[in-house]
Amino acid sequence: MKNTMKISTLAATALLATTTSVSAGDVEVLHWWTSGGEAASVNYLKDKLSDAGVGWTDFAVAGGGGENAMTVLKSRAISGNPPTAAQIKGPSIQEWGDLGFLADIDGVAKANDWDNLLPAVVSDVMKHDGKYVAAPVNVHRVNWMWSNPEVFRYAGATIPTTWDDFMVQAAKLEKAGFIALAHGGQAWQDATLFEAVVLGVGGADYYNSAFVSPVDLDVLKSDTTVEVFETFGNLRQFIDANSPGRDWNVATSMVMEGKAGMQIMGDWAKGEFKVAGMNVGTDYVCTAAPGTSGGHTFNIDSFAFFAQSDAARTAAQNTMAAEILGTDFQTVFNLNKGSIPARLGVSRAEFDSCAHDSMDAFIAASASGSLVPSFAHGMAVSSAVSGAIYDSATNFFNSDQSAQEGADQLVAAVAAAM
Amino acid sequence: MLNYLEKHLPKIVLAPTTIVMIVCMYGFIAWTGLLSLTKSRMMPQWEFVGLDQYVRLFANPRWDVAVDNLFIFLILFIIIALVLGLLLAIFLDQKIRVEGAIRTIYLYPMAISFIVTGTAWKWILNPGLGIEKLFRDLGFAGFEFRWLVDSDMAIYTIVIAAVWQSSGFVMALFLAGLRGVDDNLTKAAKIDGASTVRLYWHIILPLMRPVFFSAIVILTHIAIKSFDLVQALTGGGPGYSSDLPANFMYTFSFNRAQIGMGAASAMIMLFGVLAVLIPYLYSELREKK
Repeated sequence: MKNTMKISTLAATALLATTTSVSAGDVEVLHWWTSGGEAASVNYLKDKLSDAGVGWTDFAVAGGGGENAMTVLKSRAISGNPPTAAQIKGPSIQEWGDLGFLADIDGVAKANDWDNLLPAVVSDVMKHDGKYVAAPVNVHRVNWMWSNPEVFRYAGATIPTTWDDFMVQAAKLEKAGFIALAHGGQAWQDATLFEAVVLGVGGADYYNSAFVSPVDLDVLKSDTTVEVFETFGNLRQFIDANSPGRDWNVATSMVMEGKAGMQIMGDWAKGEFKVAGMNVGTDYVCTAAPGTSGGHTFNIDSFAFFAQSDAARTAAQNTMAAEILGTDFQTVFNLNKGSIPARLGVSRAEFDSCAHDSMDAFIAASASGSLVPSFAHGMAVSSAVSGAIYDSATNFFNSDQSAQEGADQLVAAVAAAM
Repeated sequence: MLNYLEKHLPKIVLAPTTIVMIVCMYGFIAWTGLLSLTKSRMMPQWEFVGLDQYVRLFANPRWDVAVDNLFIFLILFIIIALVLGLLLAIFLDQKIRVEGAIRTIYLYPMAISFIVTGTAWKWILNPGLGIEKLFRDLGFAGFEFRWLVDSDMAIYTIVIAAVWQSSGFVMALFLAGLRGVDDNLTKAAKIDGASTVRLYWHIILPLMRPVFFSAIVILTHIAIKSFDLVQALTGGGPGYSSDLPANFMYTFSFNRAQIGMGAASAMIMLFGVLAVLIPYLYSELREKK
């Protein structure tokens, strides 16, 4: 109870602090891209807009996953004073749309031919009731595995492409004195690893029916789920004892320093390698997570637009939406962030080979039906269901439950959250 | 006019505080109670579903873990902090040298926020950085102390950090109480030949009853509202094995878009506090008459 009080006071204070006057013709943007490369990406958008005569009021609420930002956004929206745009993604866009807060930017979309610029999987997420309400900034691929080739050479192992092979090669690395899998024991990282296992072991069809809304409980109850947990459980032995609570970038640096062989993490890990001055191919290798080479688990960041009462602000909002889909912004932003552009028709020349792989996989997977939304990053199911999956995955991974117990727990938790 | 003011001034002065109390404490408690009966998810919505949220709450394995942890934490934290605080106070009360300096040292942790305490202990208890590494570097190769990364033991690391932070404060409470004991009483007991142990056990401790009362009330509410310490020290992990109800409530209300269930868990926490405090307050305050 005391905490409910504390939090509501917090939200109220944040509300007071951030209700600055935004003049007509400006945009106010809520986001949580506050770290180095991300902040640079946002600043680029700001400059583009100021060239177009649109002012920018920054409404940054720090906190990597955006939980704090969402709390502030809710109080702003309820009090009838929402920002122009907010960093919201996946099914959350639909939740906000259902509540009637979002602006219709179909006009901009039609004028700029978004229907042809965006792949269908992307544009579906951006629409509510058939109308565009949000603009995508990037596509992350989550099912990447980052390896240190030096470590593999020393241990006489090869980079695995299936989960069965992973167990063999990881054992070789361990035998040579390395940590096989660099991992941070935080719920979202456990879920990211679990997701790679689900796609690698179960395949795209299973993934789409069991882990994408609407969830088919019969498929989730099948033996495949037990198999998934079997493999997931086998990974426990390849992680060092210090992993609980470790941040993902610390795990990445273990791979860089040659203490660990592999890490399974989205393409934002590439930024870490780049900052450390390492070269792809020689110093580190990017491959798809075992068993998912043809697949692509996507995580799309986007800005959703809130309905405005003032015509000048609506005009500014439309300018912002058009700029976000521009080739300049998509190129610069994604080079900084490690992801790939969300729209088609952007020159590939400046991107590196990992990004090229990601682009190819995105197109190929979309044709073969193995392009799947990431449930570990809030793209596939409602926050209640993804919370249930998080809980089951992280609880299983940090205990000595059997695969059957893990699967039963997952089914029960998902059923209860629906 | 003057008479009227004189008569009503106290009420007028107190009125704003009372209104703020009624709205911000009891009003929001009632609002949370109502919310817990609705099917609210991302935003409050007033579609009532009876006790459905409570049924879902108690079916959630994570809530079970959080409640079990609260009992472990509450009991161990209060007992250890009380015993340690009392012992420190008694030792300090033996008219020793540099008492002022020692007292300040023991009291200092209280000046640090739980976030700092949690972060510092996270490093101290981390097997690769802290105690385990220290002992291994000193030559005890087989030394193991990894409660922080062990699902079954993680909750006890929270007890350690919380006790470290709060026992100095309990010491200060008891020290103030001990200083208030009438010297004549102790002298009389000594003349009658009571040993120091008997003196404390039979005469001084019973006199400390009001101090026990304040200490337990303060420690209980520190324990139940513990949120920042868990967040900083273990983040609820490994898995969710060191979650406390406050962390559960925050996660479900604000991160998981299940405000209804979060409100239900907040109400259960409130009932928990009341169940402990009301009988205690009742028995303590009644005897005062």
